[in-house]
Amino acid sequence: MAHLIGQDYMPPDVRAKVTGRAKYAEDIRADGMLFCRLLTSPMPHARVRNIDASAALAMEGVVAILTADELPEVPAPGNTILTNEPLYVGAPILAVAAVDETTAQNAIAAINLDLEPLPFCVDPLESLRPGGPNARTDGNTPRGRETAAEQNTSEGVGELKWTEEDFADAGEGQMPMGEPEREWSYGDVEAGFANAALVLDESFVTAGHAHHSMEPRSAMSYWQNGKCYVYGSSQSQSFVVPGLAGLLQIPPEDVVYIAEFCGGGFGSKGSAYPVMAIPAYMSKKTNRPVLMRISRAEENFIGVCRPAFQGRLKIGFQPDGRITAVDLYIIQDNGPNSGGGDWTAAGSAMSLVYTPPAMRFRGLPVLTNTPPKGPMRGPGQNQLATAVEPILDKAARQLGLDYVAIRRINAPDNSAGYGANQGPVTSAYQREALDIGAEQFDWEARRARSGQRRGSKVTGVAVGQAFHSAGSSGFDGLLRIAPDGKLHVHTGVGNLGTYSYSSTSRVAADVLDYDWNNVEIVRGDSSRGLPWTLGQFGSNTSFTETRANYASGMDAVQKLKEIAAQDLGGSPEDYDVGNETVFSRTNPSRRLTYAAAAQRAIQLGGRFSGEDVPDDINEMTARAVEGIAGTGLIGVARDNMPHTATVPALAAGFIEIELDVETGQFEIIDYLGVADCGKVLHPMGLSGQIKGGAVMGFGMATLERHIYDTHYGLPGTVGLHQTKPPTYLDVPLEMSWSAVDIADPQNPVGVKGIGEPTMGCAAAALLCAISDALGGHYFNRSPIVPDMIVNAASGRSQDHTPLAVHTP
Amino acid sequence: MSERKTVDLGLAGPSASPSPPHPMEPATNTCVGDSLSGVPFEWLEGRSRWSRRDFIKGIIASGAAVSGVPYLASAASRPALQAGAVERLISLNVNGQTRRVDVLPNETLAMTLRYKLGLTGTKLGCDRAECGACTVLIDDVTHYSCSTLTQRVRGKQITTVEGLESPTGELHPVQQAFMDELGPQCGFCTPGQVMAAVGLLTENPNPTREEARQAMSGNVCRCGSYDHYLNGIMRAAGEV
Repeated sequence: MAHLIGQDYMPPDVRAKVTGRAKYAEDIRADGMLFCRLLTSPMPHARVRNIDASAALAMEGVVAILTADELPEVPAPGNTILTNEPLYVGAPILAVAAVDETTAQNAIAAINLDLEPLPFCVDPLESLRPGGPNARTDGNTPRGRETAAEQNTSEGVGELKWTEEDFADAGEGQMPMGEPEREWSYGDVEAGFANAALVLDESFVTAGHAHHSMEPRSAMSYWQNGKCYVYGSSQSQSFVVPGLAGLLQIPPEDVVYIAEFCGGGFGSKGSAYPVMAIPAYMSKKTNRPVLMRISRAEENFIGVCRPAFQGRLKIGFQPDGRITAVDLYIIQDNGPNSGGGDWTAAGSAMSLVYTPPAMRFRGLPVLTNTPPKGPMRGPGQNQLATAVEPILDKAARQLGLDYVAIRRINAPDNSAGYGANQGPVTSAYQREALDIGAEQFDWEARRARSGQRRGSKVTGVAVGQAFHSAGSSGFDGLLRIAPDGKLHVHTGVGNLGTYSYSSTSRVAADVLDYDWNNVEIVRGDSSRGLPWTLGQFGSNTSFTETRANYASGMDAVQKLKEIAAQDLGGSPEDYDVGNETVFSRTNPSRRLTYAAAAQRAIQLGGRFSGEDVPDDINEMTARAVEGIAGTGLIGVARDNMPHTATVPALAAGFIEIELDVETGQFEIIDYLGVADCGKVLHPMGLSGQIKGGAVMGFGMATLERHIYDTHYGLPGTVGLHQTKPPTYLDVPLEMSWSAVDIADPQNPVGVKGIGEPTMGCAAAALLCAISDALGGHYFNRSPIVPDMIVNAASGRSQDHTPLAVHTP
Repeated sequence: MSERKTVDLGLAGPSASPSPPHPMEPATNTCVGDSLSGVPFEWLEGRSRWSRRDFIKGIIASGAAVSGVPYLASAASRPALQAGAVERLISLNVNGQTRRVDVLPNETLAMTLRYKLGLTGTKLGCDRAECGACTVLIDDVTHYSCSTLTQRVRGKQITTVEGLESPTGELHPVQQAFMDELGPQCGFCTPGQVMAAVGLLTENPNPTREEARQAMSGNVCRCGSYDHYLNGIMRAAGEV
């Protein structure tokens, strides 16, 4: 076994990507297909008083209009499909279908929409002030707060205001800390601060920003024989189906979901999302296929985004840099709806990455009339990295310590605890990651260059770290050995570009000792029989799906041995598999090829060919087996292997920059990313994740931010020109990567996920490097943009207040 | 053509909005001459008082070059041919083949390729000349097809990603190198990256890495696969 794991290979979908044959949702065509366009809100908060579509519907070629009244109601504060009370600029109000896009858009323009403007809020702290505005008519927090029971539900909207005293007590430039939504602590926090040699108390802001996946979330849909076919853009495959069925209010088995390719998601397309249902509803209404092409501007608003944080960190240190205590408070800009759990994830990450012996976490989400928030690559953990890592450097400077040393002494190892309960971790090798990085980056020599001037340019050298919980369990694996001997690995993993759908499938091939050329991956279309699988998000796929495919592989091995014993004598334990045959250990000439065994499985029926399935597999998997039963030897199993701890993915980024203090521009001279992701599953794929995550991190640190005008509640950053995702010219000419490559004990092939912290560590490293080049000026903010750098370098005050989310 | 209706969302009138004059109100915008460029929030498609189509209609009348318009029209929205209008049924040379196609005066090449010629390899990432996913070659020079009017490329050689393979299915060296270096992640920007790289190597078969990244800088990859793509270009260099 294990001749495929850790090796480079050519994933089967790459050729389609370089030839243009890869079909994304907007590439699908059908006879009689209609085109659908959206009418979206121009106001941050409004109520629809009247929709007069008579002129639009009278236009030649216009077929139908769809409004919120025709769709199921979504309980507040959930994300709506269409709405009569838009809560953000860009919220879809209605859809129009016509024979072509121009006609649909002209019809949208001909609709007379009467909106009543309502009060709005774009800054969480303003909403918390006594008498401050609420983002929703019924409140400013995403949960009802009447009773303890209500606080624990995910539904409802409540109102929370802090007192004038809360604001007055905060102190100049510091974040006020009134009543939180949630609070936890462990250890003796006060004693930790009392015993500290240095205590820092820092308020910070991390701006929100949009995912802006290259492919906007277009979708195409039609109904056939009572089933709804949806071609969508999603990171995940199987995981989308139940949510989509819920949006469409039909049973999951009546949804055929096709997502062979996805043009990027980064968390924004992990599950079914509301607008995905619009073409399906429109198709149902018109009885014709419907394509809805989403524009870049629309994607900016409906594509969810990373929530901003306003936060405050009190942190104590011993003289050697070891942290004694942490007190962290985070206010999350939650958008208008249910938002995400970034704020709580950040608290848990703090406890793991810096291993404080005592910690208190407090926080709350506050509703704003900005785009709905959702998970974005390292949700919470990466904001935390950009906030905390520079503060760590500030402490290092004051204590006279090296940046790597202060991280090393606090780094998590296998004894680290996670979150409020300080639960165990499967494995953590951050110290090793730092050591490998320091050596490969030639840390000492580079640090000697810190502060070196060349004209107006100053060298900055720094390191950053980040974390994400990266693995789950309990999902199903499914494979089929066909009568011709070929292995078909069925996977419900999506195709978001990490190639993990394929790399994790190789585990099943490895368990069965297959030649990779004899393996096909069945994926991308739920009608092809795909097992129940967790969504492809949360850096979990490598850990979770290698386990599931290991389980189905082992099930197939057992069945092969049983068939061999039945036909060739002896007991199953006498047999082994190798070289695509099952053979007797004592007499290797007694053997069956996989092809012959598969043919025997069909004859034997029952569990061998999928006529019977295990009781503990998911209904979706059972339906998938039903579709392929009797066509070969079926390996199917739920992953029941032990999983007793949080699976940490950790990363460290090392960076050298040259900062021009006169212009605020900088060039990244070099970057090295190091991952603790267990054993390396697919080196080239890992390289792509470490470098690609870093590119996104550079954008988070210095380019990308949502800006809302506080007077009108309108956005200042919409298209790519304004949101500024990094280009070829914003990143180093060459980038490097490395990995700790130590096996995780709770994965059969030793792997953990990695996709997310690769971004946070790079973002943190770049912020730290800018501060390093400025001789220790800390902004307590991300992103840092050129005017802030010039202000800092020339000793001028900044143009924004310390806690403003929306900066000029 | 008849005057298009503009939409009144009730933002302009005092009865509709209790707040101060809204920035979308034309009286407060910074519109300069006939250009739309000064209008705030023009991205609110179809809902600004100046639509992109109004803009393009004006530009076509003046003969100036314009950026793209994202919508196709079929028979339902075809205006009657007027004096001075361009011919609709034209011949295009795409990937070495002559294709007869019915093209509106304001139709972009990306839309013609994707929705009339079935060449969906060319992607629309922004439809605004911001991302490069729609990059094609026109007479061997890279262009954003979302911002190129189809009517302006009559008589020119258009090459899309579908036109790079040899008749026997052999990949272009850039395609092969992007595979070998695992250039694509999600793959949506890949056809544009391929075409930009082919354009670069046609003009400069042996670029330095720095020259390559300058040439590629109009092609955004949100997955951040720049290092892998540059590795691919350096691998393909010299083989073209």
